[in-house]
Amino acid sequence: MPPNGHSQVSWLIELDTTTDPKRITTHVAWGGGLSFGDDPSGNEPVPQAGASRGISGWSIFALLVAAVVCLPLLSVLILALNPSENIWPHLLDTVLYNYVSNTLLLMLGVGIGTTLLGVSSAWLITHFEFPARTYLKWLLLLPFAVPAYVIAYVYTDLLEYAGPVQSALRSLFGWKLASEYYFPAIRTLPGAIIMMVLVLYPYVYLLARSAFVEQSASVLEAARALGASRSARFYKVALPMARPAIMVGIALVLMETLNDYGTVDYFAVSTLSVGLYDVWLSMNNLGGGAQIASLCLLFVVVLIGVEKISRKNQQNYQHSASRFRAIKRVKLRGAKAFWAFLLCGLPVLLGFLIPALVLAKYAVIYFDESWNENFRRIAFNSIMLSAVAAICAVSIGVFLSYAKRLHPTSWMQSSISIASLGYAVPGAVLAIGVIIPFAAADNHIDSLARQWFGFSTGLLLSGTLFALVFAYTVRFLAVAYGSIDSSMKKISPNMDDAARSLGKSHSNILFRIHLPLMRGGVLTAALVVFVDCMKELPATLVLRPFNFETLATQVYQYASDELIGESALYALLIVLVGLVPVIMLSNTIDRANEIEH
Amino acid sequence: MKTTLGNKFLRHVASALALGALLPLASPVLADVNVYSYRQSYLIDPMFDAFTEKTGIKVNTVFAKKGLIERLANEGANSPADLLITSDIGRVLQGVEAGVTQPVESDQLNSVIPAEFRDAGNQWFGISARARLIVVAKDRVGEDEVTSYADLASPALKGRICTRSGKHDYMVALIASQLAHNGEEATTNWLNNLKSNLARKPQGNDRAQIKAISQGECDVAVVNSYYMGVMLSDSEQAPAAETVRIVFPDQDSNGTHMNVSGVSMTKSAPNKADALMLMEFLVSEDAQRLYADVNHEYPVRPDVKASERVASWGEFNYDSLSMTDIAAQRALASKLVDRVGYDN
Repeated sequence: MPPNGHSQVSWLIELDTTTDPKRITTHVAWGGGLSFGDDPSGNEPVPQAGASRGISGWSIFALLVAAVVCLPLLSVLILALNPSENIWPHLLDTVLYNYVSNTLLLMLGVGIGTTLLGVSSAWLITHFEFPARTYLKWLLLLPFAVPAYVIAYVYTDLLEYAGPVQSALRSLFGWKLASEYYFPAIRTLPGAIIMMVLVLYPYVYLLARSAFVEQSASVLEAARALGASRSARFYKVALPMARPAIMVGIALVLMETLNDYGTVDYFAVSTLSVGLYDVWLSMNNLGGGAQIASLCLLFVVVLIGVEKISRKNQQNYQHSASRFRAIKRVKLRGAKAFWAFLLCGLPVLLGFLIPALVLAKYAVIYFDESWNENFRRIAFNSIMLSAVAAICAVSIGVFLSYAKRLHPTSWMQSSISIASLGYAVPGAVLAIGVIIPFAAADNHIDSLARQWFGFSTGLLLSGTLFALVFAYTVRFLAVAYGSIDSSMKKISPNMDDAARSLGKSHSNILFRIHLPLMRGGVLTAALVVFVDCMKELPATLVLRPFNFETLATQVYQYASDELIGESALYALLIVLVGLVPVIMLSNTIDRANEIEH
Repeated sequence: MKTTLGNKFLRHVASALALGALLPLASPVLADVNVYSYRQSYLIDPMFDAFTEKTGIKVNTVFAKKGLIERLANEGANSPADLLITSDIGRVLQGVEAGVTQPVESDQLNSVIPAEFRDAGNQWFGISARARLIVVAKDRVGEDEVTSYADLASPALKGRICTRSGKHDYMVALIASQLAHNGEEATTNWLNNLKSNLARKPQGNDRAQIKAISQGECDVAVVNSYYMGVMLSDSEQAPAAETVRIVFPDQDSNGTHMNVSGVSMTKSAPNKADALMLMEFLVSEDAQRLYADVNHEYPVRPDVKASERVASWGEFNYDSLSMTDIAAQRALASKLVDRVGYDN
């Protein structure tokens, strides 16, 4: 939280004259995800002095935007009301137990794995000094640029019988057949868990790290003065304080786990999303598939509800108003330094370096087969589309967050919460949810135009890039909104009041005070959405215009036939292009940290 | 007014949004032949390129494995798509069932495509065919040990069979054909026994099953013919493919199960004449030869030969059961897979 009211006013005035970037990037935190009315940073809700419960243009427009964003989700729910056949008796008798237990085990495994890896690496990076720490700090983010389906292909290729690892073992020990030795199968539930943990832990790392950095050193000092051991300070003070932020990270991870199809299908793990596509495509029952998608949504809502209830009595954690001293990192030596290095280095090695090297190897071997003269256009398509979608998602996120600040009504709260559920729905289903309202609108406009003006307008929205950008926005709004909203909440409402008393309009305040103050959070949101869009596949496939390819669709057309070599070049490009924003992202956070220290 | 960061940010946002608004206009307004395809571009582009070269008509495509029929149905009368291309018989008939296709009267299509590979009501036409083969380890399976799909259920093969997921289109179609021939009870028993013969949990595509045999993980697998053709032609994969022997199943009974990739004209096709020209081109001798030589599929035209490699496996009797009868059993086949817990 910013300092006391007095200095805020002077800060505000200062802003008009200096716009010192160091002063205004102080608060960078990546909230992300579903907040459901809770402040993910763990702060008490900021008293909304300047907020009103009345209706204004802001609130009406915000509800409208939220409603439009909810349209695809609503379409899916409506589809669920019209199955061609009731699938549940069949599923209950046969595979439902499997679907649900696999889904729960996968979520449990990925949840625990990403939490352990993300939180422990964030804690080490924040509070300790060990070899290569300054590099690992941002290297730890790199696996985020690797799509889960790509890492699944890479490790299957490496670890299967004919792969280099087992071949080397065989030639070393003189084995010939698979039956002569034991080697863990990669295409299994544990395999899928490991793959997903490796590329999803950065969500938790990112959030945990900014939460740890924000924790006032003085609180930990106080705990120390009271005789708390190092582990007690972590488990009893730092961790509970960071819990809301970490939970947001885990929520994003679990939603991504729930909507994943590529990895689980490749690994033959029957989860609910596999069941969903089976009911839709093999049994020709889209409505039944939509019912399973709705069940997934229920999972998420229940999960978040349970977490919220379990935290009910713990809402009094509050960041100390000011920071007396910077965090002093403890220098680790000997074995301890080595283990810290290993713990932070291993995820980078397994989640990024190895996949990137394998892809690079194949990209070279198969260059002639996979090289496409349209390559530059395809890369441009990916980057352009992701950038536009990132800007849209962030703009809507800022707008909704500010509108909620002005009018914190329960209506606003719940419509925003529902609008950010799109992340939990498998992409292809969400895409159908986008097509339905868009095509309906197109055909309606067309028939009106024919009736009144005697000409056809055809399809204005469906099958255009607009539909695609819309789908990305709906899908990743949760990611953008969470980050933005948590930055927004850190701005004291006294600022709004002061500016209002100077006669500034709401939009003026947003652009001249809030946005500059939350620049870090906004940028973070944009970059994360950008990387997510680069990797997005199922909605892109269904919604794109004719002859329109992205890097991800190029990967898929070969990878869907298990032709890893031919797909490697484009997979590598996704990783490399994703790398740029990931490095920028970490720079943003680092800059903020340096200032804080 | 002074330039503040807010204003700068606003300018960036505004320019990016303007750019975003322009994007849709950049996509072409189409008057060529527009295809929604469930088959990957790299498999069909060679035929489309040949068509464009011959006629000067451009072919535009969208490829996806899910959702194109739904897209077509929702776009309705205004859909720009002319043709729907599918990789499997099931998907073809889902399109027909969804009411997004229209019948096409073409003497050429009807005269060159055998009746079992096209719709009696002219709603869809098969354009390439593949046989669902059994492959066995050359060194571990005797000459007459496995000759039919029924043999896959024999106790002698316990723990020796690999297949891909029972839910995959090609497996569902095979089970559906068994249902059409033998009825539900017999097929359930067969599938149950096949399941208990599996060496491992179903996983990977057909190529992965052939690799598994070469690695000694199993002795028998069920695969589509073109996978064998493609693997034998790839220097890296050929050694694995050479460890197996091809069996054309059911030569003394129903014949080997076939599946087709198909094409339908959409109900709303805006470029009907050109689209029909493309349909007819796809079954022309030139295009059929491309299907054979590039993809190692069987041409649907009896007068066009398979690729040299595929032809070297010999002539065989194929199951002449109509594709429509097979597709009618798909939903039940898919449920049987659940009931016997095939993928568990």
